[in-house]
Amino acid sequence: MNLTLFIWRQKGPDEKGRLEQYEAKNISAEMSFLEMLDVVNEGLIKNGKEPVAFDHDCREGICGMCSQVINGVPHGPKEKTTVCQLHMRNFKDGDSIYIEPFRARAFPVIKDLIVDRSALDRVIQSGGYISVHTGGVPDANAILLPKENAGTAMDASECIGCGACVAACPNGSAMLFTAAKVTHLAMLPQGKIEAARRVCVMTDAMMNEGFGNCSNHYECQAVCPKGIKVQFIAKLNREFMKAVIHRKGGF
Amino acid sequence: MILNGKCPAGPLAEKWDRRRNEMKLVSPANKRKYKIIVAGTGLAGASAAATLGELGYNVEAFCYQDSPRRGHSIAAQGGINAAKNYPNDGDSIFRLFYDTIKGGDFRGREANIYRLAVLSNNIIDQCVAQGVPFARDYAGYLENRSFGGVQVSRTFYARGQTGQQLLLGAYGALSRQIKEGTVRLHPRTEMLDLVIIDGEAKGITVRDLVTGKIECYAADAVCLCTGGYANVFHLSTNAMGSNVTAAYRAYKKGAFFANPCFTQIHPTCIPVSGEQQSKLTLMSESLRNDGRVWTPKNKRDRRVPNDIPEAERDYFLERKYPAYGNLAPRDIASRAAKDICDEGRGAGSSGYGVYLDFADAIKRLGENKLRERYGNLFDMYEKITGENAYRQPMRIYPAPHYAMGGLWVDYNLQSNVPGLFVLGEANFSDHGANRLGASALMQGLADGYFIIPYTISDYLAQTAFGKVNEGHPEFRKSREDLETLTKKLLSINGRKTVSEFHRELGRIMWDNVGMERNEESLKKAIALIPGLRTEFWGNVKIPGNGIELNQELEKAGRVADFLEFGELMARDALHRNESCGGHFRTEYQMPDGEARRDDENFCYVAAWEFKGVDKGPELHKEPLVFENVELAVRNYK
Ligand SMILES: Cc1cc2nc3c(=O)[nH]c(=O)nc-3n(C[C@H](O)[C@H](O)[C@H](O)COP(=O)(O)OP(=O)(O)OC[C@H]3O[C@@H](n4cnc5c(N)ncnc54)[C@H](O)[C@@H]3O)c2cc1C
Ligand code: SF4
Ligand code: FES
Repeated sequence: MNLTLFIWRQKGPDEKGRLEQYEAKNISAEMSFLEMLDVVNEGLIKNGKEPVAFDHDCREGICGMCSQVINGVPHGPKEKTTVCQLHMRNFKDGDSIYIEPFRARAFPVIKDLIVDRSALDRVIQSGGYISVHTGGVPDANAILLPKENAGTAMDASECIGCGACVAACPNGSAMLFTAAKVTHLAMLPQGKIEAARRVCVMTDAMMNEGFGNCSNHYECQAVCPKGIKVQFIAKLNREFMKAVIHRKGGF
Repeated sequence: MILNGKCPAGPLAEKWDRRRNEMKLVSPANKRKYKIIVAGTGLAGASAAATLGELGYNVEAFCYQDSPRRGHSIAAQGGINAAKNYPNDGDSIFRLFYDTIKGGDFRGREANIYRLAVLSNNIIDQCVAQGVPFARDYAGYLENRSFGGVQVSRTFYARGQTGQQLLLGAYGALSRQIKEGTVRLHPRTEMLDLVIIDGEAKGITVRDLVTGKIECYAADAVCLCTGGYANVFHLSTNAMGSNVTAAYRAYKKGAFFANPCFTQIHPTCIPVSGEQQSKLTLMSESLRNDGRVWTPKNKRDRRVPNDIPEAERDYFLERKYPAYGNLAPRDIASRAAKDICDEGRGAGSSGYGVYLDFADAIKRLGENKLRERYGNLFDMYEKITGENAYRQPMRIYPAPHYAMGGLWVDYNLQSNVPGLFVLGEANFSDHGANRLGASALMQGLADGYFIIPYTISDYLAQTAFGKVNEGHPEFRKSREDLETLTKKLLSINGRKTVSEFHRELGRIMWDNVGMERNEESLKKAIALIPGLRTEFWGNVKIPGNGIELNQELEKAGRVADFLEFGELMARDALHRNESCGGHFRTEYQMPDGEARRDDENFCYVAAWEFKGVDKGPELHKEPLVFENVELAVRNYK
């Protein structure tokens, strides 16, 4: 199939960007969206032009590195699918496709389709873990965990940290991402001890990084490639209320 | 030179404790004065950086992705082994040790493998304490499943995303240290050179991938945790950025490269579909717990699988290996599939595939149970192929997957260059000539959490801290060399893209140094690669410049290294006149087609020393001594 692409080009964080038009020719339905872009890029290189910079690594939907807005939707049109797992059979011959970077105040553009998502790392660094030292821990089966809780923890911890939820949210909120981590750890006995502190410091970190607030648009859930549910945001809010009620002297 | 693996003496079970007791310690007050570089933050690197930071060392960690959470370990699907014997099915530390050594076709080091089996249990405890949500049964206990090459269920898993969950655990521990200030993280930074001063590893030179700046970092010791090199084949199950650069450039600076020809071709990947394909996707081996592998009995049978009656199907693994059946080890299952396809009995329109069929399992367990066990793998398969594997069998074919070879290290994970430690897939040490499933994750974490913290202290305790800084002439030289290299790459301005060269190299490697090799094919590769290399340096086209984010330039450096490294692999494969594990020489096989090992002549680790790009490397040997197991013919029948 043949496609017309409108791709966001931006030299650097301080430069102005704009959409440029490219043609993608003889694209097979088996190709992934990124392989289609590889073909376009090889063509550009051969013609002495600069290829489009975009982030990617695993190309199997698990590293969370790819990040493109396709026709206005982070990760594109297919539900629960990252860009790298989006295949061209989802498009038709002659389609026009708009490709832009994830946009959010907390994600400055680095170049073309690449944005800086390190704010998400800093939210985790603020306390999104269990503070256990290496060695000297009890036998794994000494901490029992109901199957349902393990299941919910796993549902929440499937988040790949891609940031699509932020990009889709009109407020640029990172609530779904943060809620996923808070829920994952709050479901486990070994995570409960620090739960109150964790939810407070992570919420503060989120605000400090310039992420907006949640006002229930549910756009995050709609684009999340891992099917992380907004129910976890409710869980985050409950954990936060609990923590604030008992909060003494701040964390 | 005969290399010494420095394994402690004494009974197998006591070796590690003995070594730990002999090793020198660094006092808590002095630890922060020592600086340690950790290159790579996958499972091996993240666990090492976190643990060393926790102990109080001053750690600088580097990765080429924007976050440690994206390290390639994240992609591991199936699980991680441990000798816990929770299912009470006869497992033990010795059995895990024995399976691993036999699985590796007796080309691994006994003492290392035993230590790995011992530490496996600590790893599961550690990960559970960190909050890794492993699968549980209704009573709240951990669940296990089985992987190829073993007859017990010792694999712990978190759905089909075990690597992701383990890495997130290690990333959490690392994040905690970053917050504490013991670890300084450098994401989007690529290690391009190792700096050796007075014979000791004292730092690295890197490129900041955003600004293009070449910078030096001095330290008292360097840990390389930069993963494997299966991307030398171009199409592989590895991430696009996985490379050999850090290890290869250390090799060029004097570190020995061990057993480079031992690569693993994984039997259950989604077959290639087109010319422009960029990677191959693995379908976890755990699927073979419930899936049955078959092909049509008749040649060129192009009917859809569901129309082929039971009597016309060949369940070839169950037929050839009745004791292990569909769970035969990877090298054996891969070759069996290739043979069938070469015979013309392959499945699918290309004829390069076999079926992995779940119909019986669905009848036995119900679709829901299967969805619970492997749901995300089935979803992934459907996304890529457009086929529903609950309704029709998956199509699978072998693909390059894992590197058993890597930089040579002794029992302390130290290379032949003092102060250079190598962890995880980047070293050669524990898997012999074939890695059994679910043991790479185990090795990465054993190295990072439980081995390096002890062995590095032994080295540092005998080293004065802060011996050199970035002002040393060796650092300046390294930086200038790299700046020259960048300029050279950018100035060629030829006609072919980096990817074209990578595809061509991949073709040479797959055809001649792939699943089966022989003297003729290997000599052919050794003749072809230098030509392609010369063409690369005269005809590659890299747009843009060196002082900005330039992904083509990044790729070019990696492919340039693969173009040299591929030849080293072929040379190693050519000198090893035997078949073992993932190294199958067609000249050396039993009458029934199984691998013929030659313990008389090749029971050693081949460690290569760099002698110049256009000169052959020099071979050093570390004899493998087996005190506790008998070198048996590997039999899975
Ligand atoms: C698809 C797939 C599935 C797998 N499934 C399993 C499984 O179920 N069980 C199992 O045990 N094993 C499995 N494996 C194997 C296992 O995942 C890997 O062997 C293991 O995770 C390697 O870990 P590592 O830390 O050594 O390297 P990696 O995780 O590859 O990490 C390498 C790190 O080095 C960095 N890096 C690389 N080069 C440079 C450089 N030049 N400069 C700076 N940084 C650099 C990267 O950024 C990254 O942080 C699987 C592998 C694949 C590909
Ligand atoms: S919650 Fe979903 S969309 Fe948001 S970062 Fe995680 S995986 Fe991506
Ligand atoms: S490239 Fe890893 S999730 Fe898309």
